[in-house]
Amino acid sequence: MVRNPSFARAGWRHVRRVLDSRVVSALTVPHGVDRYLGLVNPMWSVREVRAVVAGVAHHTADSVTLTLRPNANWRGARAGQHVRLAVEIDGVRRTRCFSVASSADRADGTIEITAKVNPAGTVSRYLKEAARPGLMVALSQAEGEFVLPEVLPEHVLLISGGSGITPVMSLVRTLTDRCYPGRITFLHYTRAAGDVVYRAELAAAASSRLDVVFSCTAEPGAGRLDGRFRREHLLEVAPGYADAMTYVCGPGPLLDAVRAMWVEEGIEDRLLAERFTAAAIGADVRDAGGELRFTRSGITTPNDGRTVLEQAEGAGLSPQFGCRMGVCHSCSSVKTSGSVRNVLDGALTTETGAWIQLCVTAPCGDVEVDI
Amino acid sequence: MATRIPRLTPEQFAALGRELDALRRELAGDLGEQDAAYIRRVVTAQQRFEVAGRALLWAGWFPPAWLAGTAALSISKILDNMEIGHNVMHGQYDWMGDPALNSKMFEWDTVCPAEQWRHTHNYVHHTFTNILGKDRDIGYGLLRMIDAQRWRPYYLGNPVYAFVLMLAFEWGVMLHDLEIEKLRTGRKSWAETKGLRRRMWHKGVKQALKDYVLFPVLSGPGALATLTGNATANLVRNLWAFSIIFCGHFPEGVADFTEQECEEETRGQWYYRQMLGSSNIEGGKLFHLVAGNLSFQIEHHLFPDIPARRYQEIAPRVREISDRYGLRYNTGPLSRQVGSVWKKIFRLALPPSRKTAPAGRRGQRVAPEAARVA
Repeated sequence: MVRNPSFARAGWRHVRRVLDSRVVSALTVPHGVDRYLGLVNPMWSVREVRAVVAGVAHHTADSVTLTLRPNANWRGARAGQHVRLAVEIDGVRRTRCFSVASSADRADGTIEITAKVNPAGTVSRYLKEAARPGLMVALSQAEGEFVLPEVLPEHVLLISGGSGITPVMSLVRTLTDRCYPGRITFLHYTRAAGDVVYRAELAAAASSRLDVVFSCTAEPGAGRLDGRFRREHLLEVAPGYADAMTYVCGPGPLLDAVRAMWVEEGIEDRLLAERFTAAAIGADVRDAGGELRFTRSGITTPNDGRTVLEQAEGAGLSPQFGCRMGVCHSCSSVKTSGSVRNVLDGALTTETGAWIQLCVTAPCGDVEVDI
Repeated sequence: MATRIPRLTPEQFAALGRELDALRRELAGDLGEQDAAYIRRVVTAQQRFEVAGRALLWAGWFPPAWLAGTAALSISKILDNMEIGHNVMHGQYDWMGDPALNSKMFEWDTVCPAEQWRHTHNYVHHTFTNILGKDRDIGYGLLRMIDAQRWRPYYLGNPVYAFVLMLAFEWGVMLHDLEIEKLRTGRKSWAETKGLRRRMWHKGVKQALKDYVLFPVLSGPGALATLTGNATANLVRNLWAFSIIFCGHFPEGVADFTEQECEEETRGQWYYRQMLGSSNIEGGKLFHLVAGNLSFQIEHHLFPDIPARRYQEIAPRVREISDRYGLRYNTGPLSRQVGSVWKKIFRLALPPSRKTAPAGRRGQRVAPEAARVA
């Protein structure tokens, strides 16, 4: 393994230019060069970002922190951005969003993510129980607008709740790495002090410029503050919040409370929010009800329980189809969100981005399909 | 339906449908890591054969290298087209969510564009299997493969057409969607095929460029050895694919159906048609692998989107169901099935003679013991 990532990257750019050339493409018709690169090293790809797990840490009982080493196609993440991570579990590729928690300026070419384990979840539980160094995952490039502005303000106020700490952690680490001369107030809401993934690191990093405040909602007296977010908390730890650049990340109620307060005071242009929602897996299995949305055509129709194909045609769309009995896969399309049921065998699919056969699939509740 | 498929009662059809649906559910529910690992192993093996084949042919001036290289490349193309391409494009691995194994994204190492194949094969052939006038795979618009096709003097050339099709099978598969028989009789205009022809041209040129220009040129002085090696590998694949595929529906005794029979078909009747309209080939594990498990044509036609490695496992149960309903489970060793196919190709070249044709067929189609079942 080449130690110097920037050197490796420069070399890779030359190799990639050759591999991406028309001649090599013509020689590797129809499968493409990636399929052959994978024979040599599964991490190699001309365009795809793949990463190998380089380290696994269990800071708390219900979380796992992974250090990932992406291949040279990774273009880096700005502080606060997230990636879509795909991992294969029992033969099925599953994709979830994770915020990058590491500093944007981390020099060793690795990134860090932390997954909070959702007991009903597939991916987070798998990562907690089975992730070992050497596990390979696929990544998207970094995405998201929850990032630092070009010109840094004098005061940054960070508010997070639960696992929403991860992108905020990236902001803190990046600002620290860049010797940010201003002031940071970091206000974190947690059930109990022991649940905070980065507690030790934050305690060590706290200084006159970085004020770390925990508020425990289920363990009075454990943090400097108690209970859920309210205005008094801010008046106590960051009375100048109106002049600060504020970032908030966490569960819906926290975001709503913060946003409402900022809107009320007319300072919402200095607020950036990132919503974290736990996937509601299998929670909604009604056969009708909710809305069926066709994302590509922008049409929404109330879900009447018939197959997606019939409902799409009822809404005036004409998706490709063939046998209309689940045989030919001509109508297979991507379901972007929601739960669906196969009408032939009753199997429920909740996975985001799954391919479904429109002719034998009925939506359960709110569903989005890419047609 | 009543006249030509008389021996199963509506209740029996319903029961057959329920039984096979239950088997399908059982299989679909059991898919997982093993199936994923299997197809990945096959893909890896195919890639290794391909790389080894290309590398050996680079030294193709040395006869043993030519032979080994050509053999490796032939195996690569056979695996790519049959156990991987055909099966992946059926959606057998769509549940994995891997773009490289997705039915809508996969493209195979043959001149027929995947998109056209999915239409003619997955939809037309698998939905309307063996319905004369709807399943264009009955003779591919070229051959007389069932007695019910009306004889014309043109069919005197049946064996010749079949032989040429066998040699150039990948090109025949590509041209299939043009519906040449309709173009010939004026039921379809040449202009209608413009889009098809463009896509065929694009794929055909790419495939030919790779095998017949680029790799030979890369071999420098050994260009001719590489060229002949590549051409031989394509030919071997053609012969093999043709033979396996023709054994799937054309041996003697396989039933065909009319459009009237299949109107308002129930699920049970659809399964019934798939079972009677397909035939298997017996053989060992390795044989089934290089046959892309199309040697389990009956099981494949019942459950076309269940991973093919499962067919072997359910074959005894499908056979037991066939026997119980008194339906013929058509199977035999490769030599017998191929022999039967060619005998039929020759027999159907000639006009039907009164004493053999229709009566015999009818006898095979019906289910003699079915009455007992209900």
